[in-house]
Amino acid sequence: MLFTSHTFVIFISLLFLLYYTIPKKYQWKLLLAFSYVFYFIAGPKFLIYIIITTVTTYLAAVRIGKHYRHLDAYLKENKQTLTREDKKAYKSGVKKIQWKWLLSALLVNFGMLFVIKYINFTIANINWTLEVFGSGQGLSFVSIALPLGISFYTFQSMGYMIDVYRGKYPPERNLGKLALFVSFFPQLIQGPISRFDDLAKTLFKEHQIDAKNMSFGLQRILWGYFKKLVIADRILVAVNTLIGDTAAFDGSYVFVLMVFYTIQLYADFTGGIDITIGIAQVLGIKVQENFLRPAFAKNTAEFWRRWHISLGTWFKEYLFYPISTWQPMLKFTRYSRQKFGDRIGKRLPVYIAAFAVWFTTGAWHGSSWNFIVWGLLNFAVLMISDELKPLYAMFHGRFNVEGTFHHKVFQILRTNFLMSAIRLLDCYRDVPTTFRMFGSMFARADLSIFTNGGLLDIGLNVEDYWVLAIALMVVFAVAIAQRRGSVREQLYSKPAIVGRAVFYLLFVAIIVFGAYGIGYESSQFIYNQF
Amino acid sequence: MKKFFSITLTFVIAFGGLGLGQRILMPKYTTGIVEGALIEEYYHEKAPHDVIIIGDCEVYENISPITLWEEYGITSFIRGSAQQLIWQSYYLLEETLKYEKPEVVIFSVLAMKYDQPQNEAYNRMTLDGMRPSVQKFKSIRASMLPEEDMISYVFPILRYHSRWSELNSEDFAEAFKRQRRFHNGYYMRADIKPVETIPEGRVLANYDFGENAYKYLDMMVELCKENDIELLLIKAPSLYPFWYDQWEDQMVEYAKKHDIEYINFLELIEETGIDFSVDTYDAGLHLNVTGAEKLSMYLGSFIKDNYRLKDWRSDGDLAEIWQEKCEFYHGMKALQYEELEKYGYLKSIKGE
Repeated sequence: MLFTSHTFVIFISLLFLLYYTIPKKYQWKLLLAFSYVFYFIAGPKFLIYIIITTVTTYLAAVRIGKHYRHLDAYLKENKQTLTREDKKAYKSGVKKIQWKWLLSALLVNFGMLFVIKYINFTIANINWTLEVFGSGQGLSFVSIALPLGISFYTFQSMGYMIDVYRGKYPPERNLGKLALFVSFFPQLIQGPISRFDDLAKTLFKEHQIDAKNMSFGLQRILWGYFKKLVIADRILVAVNTLIGDTAAFDGSYVFVLMVFYTIQLYADFTGGIDITIGIAQVLGIKVQENFLRPAFAKNTAEFWRRWHISLGTWFKEYLFYPISTWQPMLKFTRYSRQKFGDRIGKRLPVYIAAFAVWFTTGAWHGSSWNFIVWGLLNFAVLMISDELKPLYAMFHGRFNVEGTFHHKVFQILRTNFLMSAIRLLDCYRDVPTTFRMFGSMFARADLSIFTNGGLLDIGLNVEDYWVLAIALMVVFAVAIAQRRGSVREQLYSKPAIVGRAVFYLLFVAIIVFGAYGIGYESSQFIYNQF
Repeated sequence: MKKFFSITLTFVIAFGGLGLGQRILMPKYTTGIVEGALIEEYYHEKAPHDVIIIGDCEVYENISPITLWEEYGITSFIRGSAQQLIWQSYYLLEETLKYEKPEVVIFSVLAMKYDQPQNEAYNRMTLDGMRPSVQKFKSIRASMLPEEDMISYVFPILRYHSRWSELNSEDFAEAFKRQRRFHNGYYMRADIKPVETIPEGRVLANYDFGENAYKYLDMMVELCKENDIELLLIKAPSLYPFWYDQWEDQMVEYAKKHDIEYINFLELIEETGIDFSVDTYDAGLHLNVTGAEKLSMYLGSFIKDNYRLKDWRSDGDLAEIWQEKCEFYHGMKALQYEELEKYGYLKSIKGE
């Protein structure tokens, strides 16, 4: 069920209605039922995967939790008799059992994700290797459909597993509640990847109708639809045209694609998250923010702190830190410091962990080399930026530009250019083609396309450009206003008529200027495919 | 109370605004494909009709209700629309019976060739013009293609929202008051394009009319029977789309089985006096006004002789209403001839 379909609007309207009319103690159960219906509509056979994830996560987490309880009880009971070493040995024994449970859950779930998402990619690479070495016999590909949101719910569930293993919070003992955490439909297909302790605070609570919350939620939903339907789906036509014919649209068109795809991705992904957060807010549930005005980032590191925040946090907590604090890595840090000195020796292990994170981030986005190269290029940019810091400092000191408006604008544009350029890998989905097209942007630059009507050959007419320009100005204005705090709160503080007028105009803008229905390609959110 | 009033007012303004937007955005079919405006005109009728004619272009371009009135005093209305599918005809008839009860219903059987939904644009031309009703809902449900959805029929703004960039003065002017363009459902064309060749029908894999088409024809027969209405099936004298002998046999057999009159006007070209060198405006696909008048003369005579139809010309109120219709008809005819002479084409229909 597309978020942009009429069916979905009816689906959530029905949910909102029922949610606040049934007894409050059944609210979370209703959400669970709707989430499973949502998933069932996406593909009945996919239910089996999410059920496996839910059940294995539940069992392993409960077992781990049980061992924590036994450990606490044992230590309490034998407080007087146990020596420090005895306690340590007992704890270590328990930890080993818990580790086995954790490992089993990780293997089952990441194994399932690997088989479903990466098996054909692996086979393709094995076949390529065999071909290089002259073997004609290749492995056959497996026909397997990618279940909706599997990367998101697997990561969310495994984050929960690891947290329980680390003893951050006790496991959820109600299977239904855990099932809801895993399958909560607004965030099932494109995130954010929530933490259990964060989401559970409001997910299972009983909620009263709160007019302000509801109004804010609906406004957020509309804002999401505005970005998705008015901007992302309108510019999609041009993006598809530019990607579809690399022979005709090289040179300066590649620059156009870079800019347009950045706009599309931003509007699509942030719009989708707005809808998710808005739906949750109407239901009284707080879902964490996933973006913080990423277009204003002044460097790549800052960009990744502002863009898809929940994924970055997940990798930091569950991959970067574990690798960095892994015993062999700590030994290596000591070794490299001795061998290469403090400056390089200290950073080398960080880069190794960062490399692993970015390799995995790339692979998480898709099972093809373009995504992996995309991840590694991000890593390279981050590493180079880090290494060049002294040089930047010298330059800034000499020309005294640090902190000036023009310098900030330059930094923002540079960051956006870099990120957009790397994203071309996502557009062309092929590494050599991407590099060739990127090269053509400089080698065959033809600025006349901006004046000779070339921009009208890519599926957009003058009216489309007007709509896009005005809509982007609105988005920009909102982003600027957000610096002073929540725009909805700002509107709320004004006379009611102002808020209603804005709400209405937004609604009308979506209805009239949205790219939906017959004549427009109905598109899934880009992040649904991950 | 103040808050309640304020919220209610907001809703009224909001929905009123959207309704207004919808009316402006919906296509008006003022030039070019004007057929899209046919269905809606029925609701402005002031007098009842003894004859209701349903079907596709083979009725609304080939039969002139004004001739039926002028020559026989028969009151009639054509509830026709482009590529009207049989279930659309059925539901239009069912809806019409909510407003009036005719003596005779004439149905063009060409629609039997379609057993499944065909084309969104034609669906729209039939369905958008209908007033909200159960029949409209059923007709939409029966007509929708997989890419269509019910909600955009209920709220057409969801279908036509992208027309904002092509709005013209007529969209605003006709948002509330539609200009009359047709003559009791008859679409007048005075231009001539003679028949030069008659294309042969291509060989079909299957000549049997579909189950769905028969189902609705049965329903139509039943509906007429229940309401004590005479049903007349006709095949208009359009030379193409090709009317196959196998189709003819099926219709003859069906009419016989159900004891219904069926006339194939393709077999009565001589009797009707239609001359395809002057009586068609598109080389035999549709008749022009002279052809439609000839066909209506014959049809009027037939129904007058065979059904209990009254001559209403002496009824003062009706005569007054129809007098105005006749003036509009002859005025348009004169204008079209004038345009043909002046420009060589129908400027009022084809636009600039």
